[in-house]
Amino acid sequence: MTSSRLFPLATTLLIFVVAYALCIVQYPNMLSTRVLGNLLTDNAFLGIAAVGMTFVILSGGIDLSIGSVIAFTGVFLAVAMGEWGVPPLLAIALLLVLATLFGAVMGAMIHYLAMPPFIVTLAGMFFARGMAFLISIDSVPIKAGLYDTLHGLYFKMPGGGRLTFIGMAMLAVFAVGILVAHFTSFGRNVYAIGGNRQSAELMGVPIARTTIAIYALSSFLAGLAGIAFSLYTSAGYSLAAVGVELDAIAAVVIGGTLLTGGSGFVAGTLLGILIMGLIQTYIVFDGTLSSWWTKIVIGLLLFSFIALQRGLVWLSARRSGAAAMPA
Amino acid sequence: MAASEPLLRAEGISKDFLGVTALSGVDFDLAAGEIHALVGENGAGKSTLIKILTGAYRRDAGRIVLSGEPISPSDVMEAQSLGIGTVYQEVNLLPNLTVAENLFLGREPKRFGLIDRRAANRRSREILAQYGLSIDVSAQLSAYSVAVRQIVAIARAVDLSGKVLILDEPTASLDAAEVSRLFAILEDLKARGLGIVFITHFFDQVYRIADRVTILRNGHKVATRPLAGLERLELVSMMLGRELKEEESHRAPAGEAGERPVVARFRGVGKRGRIAPFDLDLRAGEVVGVAGLLGSGRTETAELMFGIAQPDEGRVEVDGRPAGFASPRDAIAEGFGFCPEDRKQDGIIDDLSVRENIVLALQARRGWTKPLSRKEQEAIADRYIAALDIRTSDREKPIKFLSGGNQQKVILARWLATDPRLLILDEPTRGIDVGAHAEIIRLIGELRERGMSLLVISSELEEIVAYATRVRILADRRHAGELDAGAISADAIMRAIAAGERHGDGQGRAAEIMQEGAA
Repeated sequence: MTSSRLFPLATTLLIFVVAYALCIVQYPNMLSTRVLGNLLTDNAFLGIAAVGMTFVILSGGIDLSIGSVIAFTGVFLAVAMGEWGVPPLLAIALLLVLATLFGAVMGAMIHYLAMPPFIVTLAGMFFARGMAFLISIDSVPIKAGLYDTLHGLYFKMPGGGRLTFIGMAMLAVFAVGILVAHFTSFGRNVYAIGGNRQSAELMGVPIARTTIAIYALSSFLAGLAGIAFSLYTSAGYSLAAVGVELDAIAAVVIGGTLLTGGSGFVAGTLLGILIMGLIQTYIVFDGTLSSWWTKIVIGLLLFSFIALQRGLVWLSARRSGAAAMPA
Repeated sequence: MAASEPLLRAEGISKDFLGVTALSGVDFDLAAGEIHALVGENGAGKSTLIKILTGAYRRDAGRIVLSGEPISPSDVMEAQSLGIGTVYQEVNLLPNLTVAENLFLGREPKRFGLIDRRAANRRSREILAQYGLSIDVSAQLSAYSVAVRQIVAIARAVDLSGKVLILDEPTASLDAAEVSRLFAILEDLKARGLGIVFITHFFDQVYRIADRVTILRNGHKVATRPLAGLERLELVSMMLGRELKEEESHRAPAGEAGERPVVARFRGVGKRGRIAPFDLDLRAGEVVGVAGLLGSGRTETAELMFGIAQPDEGRVEVDGRPAGFASPRDAIAEGFGFCPEDRKQDGIIDDLSVRENIVLALQARRGWTKPLSRKEQEAIADRYIAALDIRTSDREKPIKFLSGGNQQKVILARWLATDPRLLILDEPTRGIDVGAHAEIIRLIGELRERGMSLLVISSELEEIVAYATRVRILADRRHAGELDAGAISADAIMRAIAAGERHGDGQGRAAEIMQEGAA
């Protein structure tokens, strides 16, 4: 059955390789470190947030607040560093603490009030977006020495592509995410809760602590994603990053994680991000296609992945039915 | 046994739930190297006692002593670390994790702060080897049968705790060979000096495996007795608190069914890979028992008859008119009813009240444009709660809080409310206690006398003998034969099944199905 667990991931990898190959056949220029570097940079904030979303979905939950947290982060940093004169590092530290607390409160509500994550994080989404507006309704430019330094931090890859700071940050977050998901007790507990909450509880998984940690982690990573986004745009704006939570969910699902929880891989989410980025890159290369085609293709991909997942569940149910027969 | 200090001793355990006494002054003791059966009707307090011993509930009064030390576990984890491990009725492991992850969840071996999967896998193999199980521990648990999962659950509980093992109806979903294997493991653990508490509804198993038995009734302890020399009848009467009448008295009268009208006629109905084509006439006022081994096609037969699965050949007639069932709705419209085998999965709707569960099928049959008024619903619910003696404090209580036997009665009530002409019951007595068992058998007899046509699937031969007017024998996914009223006995059914199973000579249906499965 290990094979069926890996199957969605393998499918995603195959789709990515085939799609990239098709792109290269049409536009040979797409095979360059420049494209790869941009792919990472352009999707860095989404990728960082999607790692958090992966944990949430693995546990059988959902987090709709991350887009708002990203917007709040941008506005908060811009105003804190600009108007309030808070030193950049302190502002960032403060923001990450706030975001983590915000997630922890949502997690606590989900657990202790036995509320569906959908509702709690929907409330969180409105709340964080509203708080962003409260701080500023304008697009506030960020001018800080730290930002200039970080902009200057990049690796030149052979072929002229730039591996930027935020691109590297995303890869680092993925690396840590993979480690946490697959090699720590916390990671096991996330899968356990996603598999069957009641069984996990009877087997001694600390449900409350884990649930709170999952949403705290997701909001912390959304804060981190917000920092990456503010580095990317050099501004903070309350209306930014609308719907990013849905893009993140799409990336997680395309990456082969079951929406019902308990099955999937953090690495798959990276592939999901890359596939979504690739579609965008293709459209840019083409030049004549409307950017809405990105949404259309992602929609179709999602449909096919949900169908694939249903098919797998059905198959494994059939197989276990057949396995019970000879007994 | 009594001379030395027991491994586990509970004295005067009491527990109330919102003023309702669940346990009152119950004593219980368990010796090392003993298998102690715990029996009682549903609601007798078995689960409550177990949950107090395992720390899931706090006791209101009493004392628990483990190896001479008084203990008060406040949660399952604490009880485990003290040495009391539990395997629950529905195997509570995580099918989405690997076997090794299940064994080591919460206590993963670490290396440099990270989980050492290799060590976990190696130690899992070692642990399972003690149970004679050699499987790929890095595969997901979902890849294995219920029996294997059960052994993994036992291995985890023993490895975690190591003194007392509590098994809550471990055999409910196992077949005979799997039960034997489980019992061999229990004997082995007993020889290692573990104390084992074993909850079951099967008397055969109590006599086969247990050294002593404690009987609970209505929250009180009736007795603790060694099984050697204990008569079955005595055990049953202690459980029920009344003398059990011979179930044989409900034996169906033979012969007269032949003249009664045929309600449903199935001709050559079959589905490839599920059940070979069969002919079956169901007459008013008869109970057709269906007997066969696990996987012989019993449930498949019922599903074809009720429109859950569609036959790919054959025809169906109801009252002499051709009929075809595209879905259970069509079957319900013809006045059919079906109580499925897995009531938790397919039967009850957990969060709905007893009333809502009872009126469900009737409402579905009337259609949503003609809703039953609340008054009518309440009247119907009350009538059946009284008629079937459904034990619930309130008709508005969510059904999930009822015991298994009472849930089964609610499902029966659901179909009886539609006043069906033909009722299919798939394992109506599985996992329910002896008292409810006898009542359901009595009820089947009553329904037959009222002229209903029933098809009852059961793995308990004695039970089929008690109510069937004829018995359909299934073997190897085909209808292998039939016993008439005069010929029905447990022995005859067994021999007919054995003969049917032997008939599959490798060229037969089994081989055909295997080929289909491979294709």
